[in-house]
Amino acid sequence: MDAITAAWQFLIRRPETLVGWTLEHLWMVGIACLIAIILGVPLGIYISGRGKENLADSVLYLAEIAMTVPSLALFGLVMALLSLLNLPSLGFPPAIIALIIYAQLPILRNTYTAIRAVDPPIIEAGRGMGMSEMQLLLKIKLPLAFPVIMAGLRTAIVATVGITAIAAIIGSGGLGVPIRWGLRNARMDLIILGGVSVAILGILVDVLMSRVEKWVTPKGLKKG
Amino acid sequence: MIKLNRVSKVYPDGTKAVDDVSFEVEEGELCVFLGPSGCGKTTTMKMINRLIPITEGEISIDGRKNTELNEDELRRSIGYAIQDIGLFPHMTVKQNIETVPILKHWSKSDRDKRVTELLDLMGLDPGEFLHKYPSELSGGQRQRVGVARSLGADPEILLMDEPFGAIDPINRVRLQDEFLSIQKVLKKTIIFVTHDIYEAIKMGDKIALMDHGQLVQYSTPADLLYQPKNEFVESFVGSDRALKGLQLIKIKDVMSDSLPCVKPEQTAEAAQTEMESKGFDWVAVVDDDNKCLGLVNQTDLASNKTVKEVMGPITATAAVGAVLNDAVSLMLSSGVNDLPVVDLDNRLVGVLSFGTVREALAKIADQGRESK
Repeated sequence: MDAITAAWQFLIRRPETLVGWTLEHLWMVGIACLIAIILGVPLGIYISGRGKENLADSVLYLAEIAMTVPSLALFGLVMALLSLLNLPSLGFPPAIIALIIYAQLPILRNTYTAIRAVDPPIIEAGRGMGMSEMQLLLKIKLPLAFPVIMAGLRTAIVATVGITAIAAIIGSGGLGVPIRWGLRNARMDLIILGGVSVAILGILVDVLMSRVEKWVTPKGLKKG
Repeated sequence: MIKLNRVSKVYPDGTKAVDDVSFEVEEGELCVFLGPSGCGKTTTMKMINRLIPITEGEISIDGRKNTELNEDELRRSIGYAIQDIGLFPHMTVKQNIETVPILKHWSKSDRDKRVTELLDLMGLDPGEFLHKYPSELSGGQRQRVGVARSLGADPEILLMDEPFGAIDPINRVRLQDEFLSIQKVLKKTIIFVTHDIYEAIKMGDKIALMDHGQLVQYSTPADLLYQPKNEFVESFVGSDRALKGLQLIKIKDVMSDSLPCVKPEQTAEAAQTEMESKGFDWVAVVDDDNKCLGLVNQTDLASNKTVKEVMGPITATAAVGAVLNDAVSLMLSSGVNDLPVVDLDNRLVGVLSFGTVREALAKIADQGRESK
């Protein structure tokens, strides 16, 4: 109980500190996911094309392996790689890179599966009426795949909110900072403050994304 | 005109899906590709708009090889309809129908006009359907939209792959009838793929029967029924070919116009005289406009009454535009020997009896034999 009271008092005394951590956290999530989307969606679209089944298998396999590496180990690996290349290996750069790698799989996999799952007769109807491959992609495949791609983005973003907290261990900022301090100095209140904030942030982002998902679903695909 | 010249499709693993097929489809004709599944009929159709690349031989449309055009341009000039699942679910009826016009850069006003025109043609009220999504339509409505979409940019040629396949038998017959009456006006050159021999006989000006990638027989429906080229055709047509032949004959071509009819104000005696003189056991009651009001049977007759007092309702009539098998099935199920034939406004136009049906069938079979 004491720890919870202490956490509450910290929040009342220094709200601007918590807001600062939260903004930093969101910024990291935003940057990492934005880059992950920019890389993942086009790559997912590319490997969903005709005759690229083998490439798709290898890419998805690699992404899945990356996902099975524990996040802490992945941070370590990225740091090692960066220091080998004589690049800054502490703080934001390795954290953002690891987060991008982590967010990649759900985005890539959902984009790929969603496009492959478009009913073949629908695609054939489009092709039979004279749509070029690009028109098929833009007018038929992407709109129909959109809800599932959005679901992938949602999974990726919510997961990144959680993993970003761990990134504080390698010296980046965000809501992982109070957790790290708390662990190091046996300050239960800081651990609670950071942990609860991350959880709330995760839920809020999830709710927001589910709204966006509904909003972008093409009208004819909505049920009821 | 579509001309196939020694067309073959061989897949890399060596399977011959289509084997040296040659024939011509005349302009304005509806040609049915018929055969068991895996016979190569769909493959042959898809080689026309190059959805499937041709291995050997060539296909020409109006004298031009179909490989001359860019394949997207080629497909935009040929209507394409498949089972209803081919509608784009995220687009409205309007957006679906104007797909090809948009690809061909038609102006918005031209597109709007065309969509309304096509919905009218398909019997769908534009006000109600323009902005509906496919998921809000019934199976029959989806099918109609599919056909409308294939006619979008007014192509001269239509390729239809089992367009009425995914639909219940009653609506299917209705759609077939509607489509035939539309085709009478539009006179498109149509390739129509089906595995249903009844549909083939009903729809086709010509039927191309295929088996194992080869063209087995290419002929009119009547010749297919009565002049089977070999045992495969015979067994595919079935032993009930006489019954199938009923589909080939229109009621209006064989009905007799010697009508037993009386006016409601005439006496029952007059009705009896009419029956006896025309040789029927019933007489139809019609008004001055020849519209059917009712029926008088021999058993209804009682002297000194007027026809109006003794007549009963008409229970079974045949539509003049229908084919014989509908009428014969009605005659069998209602147990009558002769059926009054009426037009769309319920005017009495003729009588159909078993005798005339038999004669008509014999004539068709004879024609087939003579032409051999």
